[in-house]
Amino acid sequence: MKPRIKKFLFTNGPLLATICIFILVYILGGQLYPAMQKPQVFFNLFINNGSLLIIAIGMTMVVLMGGIDLSVSGMIALTSVASASLLLLDMNPVLVMALMLLMGILIGLVQGFIIHYLKVEAFVVTLMGLFFTRGMAYVINKSSVTIKNEFYKYLALTKIHLPIFEGTFIYITTLVAILLLIVVFIITRYTNFGRRIYAIGNNEQSALLMGMPVARTKLMVYSISGFCSALAGIVFSISLLSGFGGYARSMEMDAIAAVVIGGTALTGGKGNVIGTLFGVMISGTIVTILQFNGTLTSWWTRIAVGILTLIFIGIQSLFYIRKKQI
Amino acid sequence: MVENNCELLRMEKVTKTFPGVRALTNVDFCLHKGEIHALVGENGAGKSTLIKVMTGVERLDEGVMIYDGKEVRIKSPQHAQSLGISTVYQEVNLCSNLSVAENLLLGREPRKFGFIQWKAMNKRAEMILGDLNVNIDVKAPLASYSTAIQQITAIARALEISSAKVLILDEPTSSLDAQESELIFKVMRKLKEKGVGIIFITHFINQIYAVADRITILRNGCLVGTYKTEELSTFDLIKKMIGRSLAEYEDMKKSDYPVSERKLVASVEEIAHGNDLEPTDLELNSGEVVGMAGLLGSGRTALAELIFGVSEPDEGKLEVGDTVLARHTPHDSLMNGIGLCPEDRKESGIVGDLTIRENIILAMQAKLGWFKFLSKAKQYEMANKYIDMLQIMTPSPDQLVKNLSGGNQQKVILARWLAIHPNLLILDEPTRGIDIGTKAEIQKLVISLAEDGMACMFISSELEEVMRTSNRIVVMRDREKVTELPGDVSEQLIMEAIAGSDG
Repeated sequence: MKPRIKKFLFTNGPLLATICIFILVYILGGQLYPAMQKPQVFFNLFINNGSLLIIAIGMTMVVLMGGIDLSVSGMIALTSVASASLLLLDMNPVLVMALMLLMGILIGLVQGFIIHYLKVEAFVVTLMGLFFTRGMAYVINKSSVTIKNEFYKYLALTKIHLPIFEGTFIYITTLVAILLLIVVFIITRYTNFGRRIYAIGNNEQSALLMGMPVARTKLMVYSISGFCSALAGIVFSISLLSGFGGYARSMEMDAIAAVVIGGTALTGGKGNVIGTLFGVMISGTIVTILQFNGTLTSWWTRIAVGILTLIFIGIQSLFYIRKKQI
Repeated sequence: MVENNCELLRMEKVTKTFPGVRALTNVDFCLHKGEIHALVGENGAGKSTLIKVMTGVERLDEGVMIYDGKEVRIKSPQHAQSLGISTVYQEVNLCSNLSVAENLLLGREPRKFGFIQWKAMNKRAEMILGDLNVNIDVKAPLASYSTAIQQITAIARALEISSAKVLILDEPTSSLDAQESELIFKVMRKLKEKGVGIIFITHFINQIYAVADRITILRNGCLVGTYKTEELSTFDLIKKMIGRSLAEYEDMKKSDYPVSERKLVASVEEIAHGNDLEPTDLELNSGEVVGMAGLLGSGRTALAELIFGVSEPDEGKLEVGDTVLARHTPHDSLMNGIGLCPEDRKESGIVGDLTIRENIILAMQAKLGWFKFLSKAKQYEMANKYIDMLQIMTPSPDQLVKNLSGGNQQKVILARWLAIHPNLLILDEPTRGIDIGTKAEIQKLVISLAEDGMACMFISSELEEVMRTSNRIVVMRDREKVTELPGDVSEQLIMEAIAGSDG
């Protein structure tokens, strides 16, 4: 039994560390500000971080494959402005959403195509993607566009009351992120496509020699990340009921930080999407604590997340160094 | 044995030419069902080219390949795989982060509604490996197992996914110890029983005798012959591999630096490193060329790299002049007057995109420190000096090194080290892949350096070359120094030492 436990701890070390830190941070918050002990505060973590969670899920797949996608925050801005503008033209809201998701997939696909076939660094390609999408958002409209569509309002304001905890609720959009999390977890764990992502992340050349369709997998993963960021953009515009080119500034970095804190190795091949959930929740909890405090600037979140990310990258390399020695 | 019925793969009169090199000339090769067939030869003998032709990496220029009774033209590695010809390379091409079971079955995993059935997959993997008498936890990541198990996983995958009939093992044991190698051999014997034809490439002679049924020897791209293992003694095998080249060298004299004036330059005591080298002693004196004879992987390169500080010894002591070097880096070696011309000049020696002049001053500049600037005039002066001295064939010192021939590139590396006036120069296979004329020039140069008082350690797989240049010959076998012989010893004696007592 003992060696099995040891092995379990060893293989899941980074993830367990993340979960522990989340619990610790949350308990600390609850001690400092008893109001944080209310269940609704916990559910607010999901409500407030829906978009971040969605792009972080897409980012997890890309990072697992050994890539990176910096364009996600630009996609959120572009999607919010584009959908707000289309809704101004009285377009069917469901059609608008479908169009946005299609656009996300297409932009992701193009980026994946350039990365794989033209052998350009993912960092460079998606950075250009970021400039392009954010730029296009401002081209469509320089200022904020309000959404007055009834369907969007319905989605934004309908609360789903939760059982067990009296008086707690989440929004419909919150469900989207949780559903996506479950789907992606199943994909990465139980499908051939998902395992290919891990294989490519470990060693693309080996994956190719093992006869895997590397090109298709890469294109699909970047498309999925594009889809996720468009979805996050829709969720974002619903919760703020507006679109603006300046939305979600540098959120791609928050997503990457969440992925890394969640125990996914930036070098690819190791980690999973559950860790990412906790990565997002840790940064959400820190934000909440600062809000309850009220006197500290929000920049402390950045500092705390920055330090945590560094610590986690340190832990990871320690783990992998030890593994190598064994 | 009914020869024709069990023939699996036959290659007839295969010829392959690369620009400037004839890699294979009229080579015949035949593999039987259920046989382990060793393919041997020193570097450049044509082993890898033959394998590349067989697996579709390269097309053959002339000759035919008959597989399973039919003539085939292999178009690509994928094509070869689909026909049932699989290769497992020295470096395992699997994904170490995934579990053993996944590595075995990914792409053909048991699925239900598109979802992987982990339990069924693990069971299947256990069964496949159990069949090969390997019982391990298939759920653990591949990285947690030894290279031997990883190799076996790769072999099992080749058999499972592409149902291989011909299995080519390209130096699978080169980084394994004896016990681990035995594990691979067991699997090989098991597969042999099942009728798989195995081509086994290795440079460990004892391993050939441990598993192979037949041996095919190549030399300089030509077939030397195919022999039954029991009919060929180790000594004969080595003789056929190393052989005698028909070069017409002008008479070359060994370093005549007076023995009385020889001083100890470097001494190595009981130095050892992991799987590469057992504890070894060596003394290197000024004015002397010490030849290192032995087969590939016998530990010669490992020793050279330990002395130069490329890798760190597990134990032992290294003294250069009066200083004891411990945990030293190549840069420390440089400062202590040691130079190394590495084995693979393209990968670790030459900077092809720099000019001859820039390549020559590299080591010198490193020794001076990067802030002491060498004037352009001085640089040209040095470059021209060595171009003249070593007779580097080039229109100007500003020629890019990548445009030079192999021999001239080797001379540039030599010049680089000569520029720092080392006390000890280690040359690892300095004449590999170089035409005979230049070979002789380099050999003469090494001798003349020793005559000027330098200590030279000369590693070469060509016995003749070692005998011609060395004042002292150190023979290594199986990662160990076996013996030290005087420079005028007979070829027979050296070969016997390389082959070992059972030769």
